[in-house]
Amino acid sequence: MSTGTPHHTIDVTYLARLARLEVTQEEIEIFGPQLGRILDHVEQMNKLDISGIEPTAHAITVFDVIREDAVTESLPKKTILENAPHNANGLFVVPKVLD
Amino acid sequence: MSSFTPYQSIAATRRLLRSKELSPVELLEGLEQQIAAIDPQIGSYVGRDFETAKKEAANVDLSRPLGGIPIGIKDAISVAGQPLQSASKILEGYTAPYDATAVARLRTAGAIPFGRMNMDEFAMGSSTENSAYFPTRNPWALDRIPGGSSGGSAAAVASGTALATLGSDTGGSIRQPASLCGCVGLKPTYGRISRYGLIAFASSLDQIGPLTSTVEDSGLLLNAMAGKDAHDSTSLELPDEDFTAEIGRDLKGLRIGIPKEYFVDGMEPGVRSSVDAAIKQLVSLGAEPVEISLPHTEYAVAVYYIIATAEASANLARFDGVRYGKRSPEAKDLLSLYEKTRAEGFGREVKRRIILGTYVLSSGYYDAYYLRAQKVRTLIRRDFDQAFTKVDAIVSPTSPETAFRFGEKTDDPLKMYLADIFTIATNLAGICGLSLPCGFSNRDGEELPVGLQLLGRPFGESRLLRIGHAYEQATEWNKRHPSLGSLA
Repeated sequence: MSTGTPHHTIDVTYLARLARLEVTQEEIEIFGPQLGRILDHVEQMNKLDISGIEPTAHAITVFDVIREDAVTESLPKKTILENAPHNANGLFVVPKVLD
Repeated sequence: MSSFTPYQSIAATRRLLRSKELSPVELLEGLEQQIAAIDPQIGSYVGRDFETAKKEAANVDLSRPLGGIPIGIKDAISVAGQPLQSASKILEGYTAPYDATAVARLRTAGAIPFGRMNMDEFAMGSSTENSAYFPTRNPWALDRIPGGSSGGSAAAVASGTALATLGSDTGGSIRQPASLCGCVGLKPTYGRISRYGLIAFASSLDQIGPLTSTVEDSGLLLNAMAGKDAHDSTSLELPDEDFTAEIGRDLKGLRIGIPKEYFVDGMEPGVRSSVDAAIKQLVSLGAEPVEISLPHTEYAVAVYYIIATAEASANLARFDGVRYGKRSPEAKDLLSLYEKTRAEGFGREVKRRIILGTYVLSSGYYDAYYLRAQKVRTLIRRDFDQAFTKVDAIVSPTSPETAFRFGEKTDDPLKMYLADIFTIATNLAGICGLSLPCGFSNRDGEELPVGLQLLGRPFGESRLLRIGHAYEQATEWNKRHPSLGSLA
């Protein structure tokens, strides 16, 4: 079905950096043409006249869902921290951010 | 004293429990043995906790609507105190700190969550081959995929190792595996069931729903789970409804739409003939067939893979090695902590979709891709709005083909995406959909289940279940089961 060189090219290295995702050279070589072919398929949307059409963000639209601004119970701090790969003194630990 | 009987419906099991012919603990013991005997060859389950389940069963209130009924839960839906991974390495070691609202409501109804079902990683896939655990096999042909992403949920019901399971459906992830495994799967209307506690894939499309062996059972589970939830502002406040209320009524006066765009060349012949026969059956039961058109169907896959990947790239940004799950031991600074954790934790399909989603949202491409896709989504939604002024339900195949073999589509993501062509538009339009068994197709010498898809207008689940039940009662398809050996 989708063989041959895709019409679209995509800079996998740049996008992976934006997405904070390290990719290998092998992945770059695989994803590039695959994503290019997907974008070729997506191209067919351009055939449609969409002038004056409103975008749909949610199919069943509800507006301005508000709740009472009241303090309610939260999950225990201990439970949350237990799921962290590294925690100490009631905090999440990350590598040094500032020198 | 009776024990667990594979493929017994919830409705029938409930009668046995209430008449004390079967105790909830005996039911769990029987189920445990059935899983031990059957599941090693299928791989539906990624975890189970019968110890906790039996404790709950010992005190369960059998007068409740689902009192004592064990339910398997897709590995994307939180069950308090149980591991939760969305079949991803990046959530290794994570324990759900709370119940998803859908699970909490099942408990209130007396149901007992006892096991976690395999799936494609973060629900991204149509074959359950993208699971970080192991692939799940189709109970009808062990060299074939069960569909996905809720492949474990469907395969368990179809192999008699669960009475019912929960799945989630973003582009067909309940209906397509239900179709390929030969069970019932319901994707409710967007907003019908709270998404709180469901690991998000694409928030404007995701919806939790049941997989069961009968249509009525899907209604019973929906009854327990539906309704507004303060934790999910997209869940909707609607009048209380018994979704099984229309079940048993005939189909006279109902109009069923047959969309010409869903009956195209290239469909597997056995799927086509089964669905054609199912439509004749519905007509003989009193339904009136109406030819309709959903003219923007051909754009659905394109629109879906822009919107779903855009939303996924944002939703999956939270997996960064800081607050939960795994962290790369190679991380030297904050940037490499993010980049290496995500590189090691995510599988290939998830990475591919994050990159695509990042692309369509990136500066300079947003209008051409994301915004345009949202506008075409409006056109797709309007197609359904117009169709539902003429008909009560739309009938189609759930999938253009039956179960394919492992590895058949893994090298070509576009080919895999196009397999979802009949289910994707439902989620874009936010409407409800039901898949139920409607026959078998001979594919390369193997008899494989075919699914009939019924689509309904927003909040039209009761009508869909009525049509599905009438069809189910008039046919024998849901009484056929794969030969896997049993407890005997």
